Amino acid sequence: MSTIHKSPWLLHYDGSSCNGCDIEVLACTTPVYDVERFGVINTGNPMHADIFLITGGINSQNESVVKQIYEQMPQPKVVIAVGTCACTGGIFKECYNIKGGADTVIPVDIYVPGCAARPESIIDGVVKGVALFKEKAEALKAAEK
Amino acid sequence: MTERIIIAVLYVILAPFVIGLLDGFDRKISARMQGRRGPSVLQPFFDLKKLFEKEFLTANKSQLFMIRSYLVFIVLSGILFFGGFDILLVVFSLSTAAMFLILASTSTHSPYSAQGTHRELVQIMSCEPMELLVAVGFYLATKTFNVNEIIAGSAISNIVYLPGFFVGFVFILTIKFRKSPFDIATSHHAHQEVIKGVTSEMVGKEYGMVTLAEWYENAILLGIVGLFFLNSNPVSIVGAIIAILVVWFLEILIDNTSARVKWQLMLKLAWGVTIIAAGMNLFLLEIIMG
Repeated sequence: MSTIHKSPWLLHYDGSSCNGCDIEVLACTTPVYDVERFGVINTGNPMHADIFLITGGINSQNESVVKQIYEQMPQPKVVIAVGTCACTGGIFKECYNIKGGADTVIPVDIYVPGCAARPESIIDGVVKGVALFKEKAEALKAAEK
Repeated sequence: MTERIIIAVLYVILAPFVIGLLDGFDRKISARMQGRRGPSVLQPFFDLKKLFEKEFLTANKSQLFMIRSYLVFIVLSGILFFGGFDILLVVFSLSTAAMFLILASTSTHSPYSAQGTHRELVQIMSCEPMELLVAVGFYLATKTFNVNEIIAGSAISNIVYLPGFFVGFVFILTIKFRKSPFDIATSHHAHQEVIKGVTSEMVGKEYGMVTLAEWYENAILLGIVGLFFLNSNPVSIVGAIIAILVVWFLEILIDNTSARVKWQLMLKLAWGVTIIAAGMNLFLLEIIMG
């Protein structure tokens, strides 16, 4: 039986968010929400991460950074866009330096809307992401066979 | 001899399960101390299994060889220790293993690995004198380096002769277990300012092997804690297990109640405690036994 979904390690990257969503992401790790009970660890290293949690829109400066982080993460991996800005570009969408949501540079699996996204909806997104992570791991295993 | 082989084989098979489970309880107890529910006690096993299932990306192929050597030397040290051989040899074998970890982390050109390696070297410098002195202390108290003879030689536990060595050894255990305030080279926790220090560039199964090697190493270190309490009376095994659990809990408590320090302070504190606690003990032992 695969238990891979019981150990999803998160990598959080702040694109060009106003920090509202970032604070809510951090709130998820506090005693009130305690995402560690699902085995989630907030890691700072893309090479150890399974779930890429991105907040804020993509601008021309962080585009290459986001791509590089995504490429450094080993398969299977899941990308979650947290907050309206990461989903679509949000209120910054029309700005000259903004490209749009996270999906303009990397494939996004789960969208968590909200401005700022509530910790409850972030956890909901992570739980959905974990289920997808398991699916991807199984698909990868089947492909190897 | 058969008994010694059985214990060594049991170590190779059981150490990861026992230490992994202790690690699980560590995370649970830490979470409770912080007012959280915390993950399942089996979490370290889920993490380890996942690491071996992840895709293997590496910047340098020689890294995998170095990490395998690290694991092999740690397990070898454990076999020497639990098989009842020379404790001095165990200490030297552990240093050789540490060298392979250093080689593995420097084989890539990541600045995070380089930073972690530098700090790992400082940590080795802080711990090594005390590890070596523990072996010397056992020799002075029992006139032998042989682990089996240290246990069988006397009906009195060596802690009576070596309290200073014990204090010094428990102090450096905080560094060896990678706990706060000394989690400088790579933290026991995932979140850390220098990414993951020596393990920054280790992906999937490489990181899994490092974790496994750490479990094997922790078993040896806790075994040395137990050695202070073991004597020729088999009942002393109970005392040794209680001592190991108390020391383990103490490390969790220190981890959760202290902020991180800079490496300079770590070096000063570790050497200070080594010189004062172990040095005084050594001096007194020389006078009494000499």
